[in-house]
Amino acid sequence: MAAGAEGVAEDLRSAYAAGKTRPYEWRVSQLEALLKLTTRHEREIVEALRSDLNKPEYESVIHETVGVSSACELALKELHQWMKPEKVKTTMVTYPSSAQIVSEPLGVVLVISTWNYPFSTLSLGPVIGAIAAGNAVVLKPSEVSPATSSLLSKLLGEYMDTSAVRVVEGSVLETTALLEQKWDKIFYTGNGKVGRVILAAAAKHLTPVVLELGGKSPVVVDSNINLKVAARRMISGKWGGNSGQTCVSPDYVITTKEYASKLVDALSCEIENFYGKDPLQSNDLSSIVNSRHFDRLINLLDDETVSGKIVLGGQRDKVKLKIAPTVVLDAPKDSPIMNEEIFGPLLPIITVNKIEDSIRLISSKEKPLAAYLFSNDKKLKEEFITSVSAGGMVINDTNLHLVEPNLPFGGVGESGTGSYHGRFSFDAFSHKKAVLQRGFTGDIAARYPPYANWKIDFLKSLFSGNLIGVLRALFGW
Amino acid sequence: LTLDPLIGAISAGNTVVIKPSELAPACSSLLSSTIPLYLDNKAVKIVEGGSDIAQELLQQQWDKIFFTGSPRVGRIVMSAAAKHLTPVTLELGGKCPVILDSYSGSDLKSAVKRIAGGKWGPCAGQACIGIDYLLVQQKLAPVLIESLKRCIKRFYGDNVQNLQSICRIVNKNHFDRICNLLEEPGVAASIIYGGSLDRENLMIEPTILLDPPLDAQIMTEEIFGPLLPIITLDKIEESIDFINARPKPLAIYAFTNDKKLKDRILQETSSGSVTFNDTIIQFICDALPFGGVGQSGFGRYHGKYSFDTFSHEKGVLHRSFFPELEPRYPPWNDFKLEFIRLAYNFDYVGLLLHLLGLRRLFIPNRAR
Repeated sequence: MAAGAEGVAEDLRSAYAAGKTRPYEWRVSQLEALLKLTTRHEREIVEALRSDLNKPEYESVIHETVGVSSACELALKELHQWMKPEKVKTTMVTYPSSAQIVSEPLGVVLVISTWNYPFSTLSLGPVIGAIAAGNAVVLKPSEVSPATSSLLSKLLGEYMDTSAVRVVEGSVLETTALLEQKWDKIFYTGNGKVGRVILAAAAKHLTPVVLELGGKSPVVVDSNINLKVAARRMISGKWGGNSGQTCVSPDYVITTKEYASKLVDALSCEIENFYGKDPLQSNDLSSIVNSRHFDRLINLLDDETVSGKIVLGGQRDKVKLKIAPTVVLDAPKDSPIMNEEIFGPLLPIITVNKIEDSIRLISSKEKPLAAYLFSNDKKLKEEFITSVSAGGMVINDTNLHLVEPNLPFGGVGESGTGSYHGRFSFDAFSHKKAVLQRGFTGDIAARYPPYANWKIDFLKSLFSGNLIGVLRALFGW
Repeated sequence: LTLDPLIGAISAGNTVVIKPSELAPACSSLLSSTIPLYLDNKAVKIVEGGSDIAQELLQQQWDKIFFTGSPRVGRIVMSAAAKHLTPVTLELGGKCPVILDSYSGSDLKSAVKRIAGGKWGPCAGQACIGIDYLLVQQKLAPVLIESLKRCIKRFYGDNVQNLQSICRIVNKNHFDRICNLLEEPGVAASIIYGGSLDRENLMIEPTILLDPPLDAQIMTEEIFGPLLPIITLDKIEESIDFINARPKPLAIYAFTNDKKLKDRILQETSSGSVTFNDTIIQFICDALPFGGVGQSGFGRYHGKYSFDTFSHEKGVLHRSFFPELEPRYPPWNDFKLEFIRLAYNFDYVGLLLHLLGLRRLFIPNRAR
């Protein structure tokens, strides 16, 4: 397998060096191929996701395949524009000159994707960006979702130009072998622990990296809002996204002590509307991906400081790996459920005296990938936006910023570095090369030795745009 | 290099620690004594010291690290940053080539001035964007060399004891390093101008070499000194393959008016930046991002890019409670699925038909 990784990297380097991936036509052909395989094989993709995650068809289509198709279509529509050099204004300092910024591909890039959305813009989004930007790309899907990994390998193998676009399946061994090769960029989606390993490996080759990690994404719920709509949107963002196994899932909620019971009631009511009286029987809820994660979540729930605080749900089915939507009220600050990213269908609600206290609470933790606020209070919204640092934010909804291609999607601090989606994906895999054109007219002696005070004065004035100063230096006034 | 990142960090609202280089002790000391007199020293601090201090600083958690220096230390910085998931900007170096196409007369004179100014002007060649080596067509080399020699004498003098308008080598270590480059077999023999050394004053005469061996260190490592190898080629177009066979440099300088060659250089080579018909000057064009690619680094700064480098661009989506989209919510069914699918594709007609239950009449099979 180690030889496999080296061979793949070499093959792709040859293809890139031969200029295979640079032309607009090649990029378009690959994006069209990706679009075709996504739409033609939607059935199989849905089945693979059912097999890996028991993912409802709705989620598989709306969160995965439709997202990929839209991203391909956007790239196809905008690619000409994205590839165009950007003209830049020059100043007196470099007069006469013209300048532009030219986007060029980085070369051969590695995308390591994740198991919770294995066929989505999380996994294929970076591949779309890499191809649009003219790179050769290797995709290493997650082995934790084997059916989708296998399907990706088969479909991309059939539809894409495999001299420059490859899928390498496998687990830790294969990933380690891949990380030993030199890449021009690495794009990783996953957790902070492995993110550190990736960064350390990239450091050896000075490879720039995008890390899309996670975190505890908080939801602050103010009073005086449309609570029914807010509850539905929270449920949709939490349990409607892979049963909480999503990097931007609402992780925990903060609300005032007075409002908490109203919120719990609203959640309880809407959860029943969505999933029925016995959510474990609902086909619209994903399962937990495997027994290791199932046990991890059960441990969070059965912790002696937490188990007595369950106000909703708590049912579990070990055979089907399902856990019902569960709400916990005021778990202790130092309980595990309040200190690790939950990544599952458990929702702690923490109560505070004043809603403004939520901002301090959030800022005392690591920066999350997303932060949400439900409020109609303009001052609170402004304070939230300026004082809470997070990858991205949504006011009065959850998760939706992911589907807005004009917003950069990425983390900060522990939640990651770099961003993508839409044009930002193209930029993530491009080098923006500065190009300055000069001529020989207007060559100024002040640049060259022998140096003299008037030359210093002249240039100082030139740099600060001081035309009078320039003239004075020139004429010795 | 030191203060521009500081400007960027401050304008973006960060607190900053600067660790200046211990190899320039007078400047380090001046920064350390002057900055606290003018800036808020609760938020801007200078920490002086050598690599041990740097190592200690690197153990701390930072929200960003901006490093200017060599690739070797760049790897150390990035590895340390990895432990805290700290994003980094690395401004490294490389062998910045000059491609000189066929110029003559006053154009050649101007080109030569800019080449000389770009080689020995910035810190006697000790600059990341300084010219490292030059590529020229063989038959043009003699004229170029004569012109360069004249220019050097005019700018800097012709005697290592009386050099003017030029820096010295920063310290004995680097002086010896550069001297060693000249002592490799075949390299000394290729010196066609200069080569004189003044060890006491750490001065090295501007030196030109003609076609030194390509596997000698002077051609495989960044020179970072006042030695200019000239490599001759049969055709100037060969410069593209020559450059591509080596790590991506921080800058490529190309003196040419040939549009085809310009386009080929832009499309077929990769570098931090490209400047046509001049050298170094791209550094002061604040509208252009300044940074490397590949071995020359990643990340960028200057002008607004400095601000951006020390900022997190937070996406914020504002939604209102109305209208509500029922098909978002479970229990899901084919109707809801189709609705969202159509909405995603902005298929308003389809949506309307779907809502009215008429879509199946027009599109019996869901064809895409």
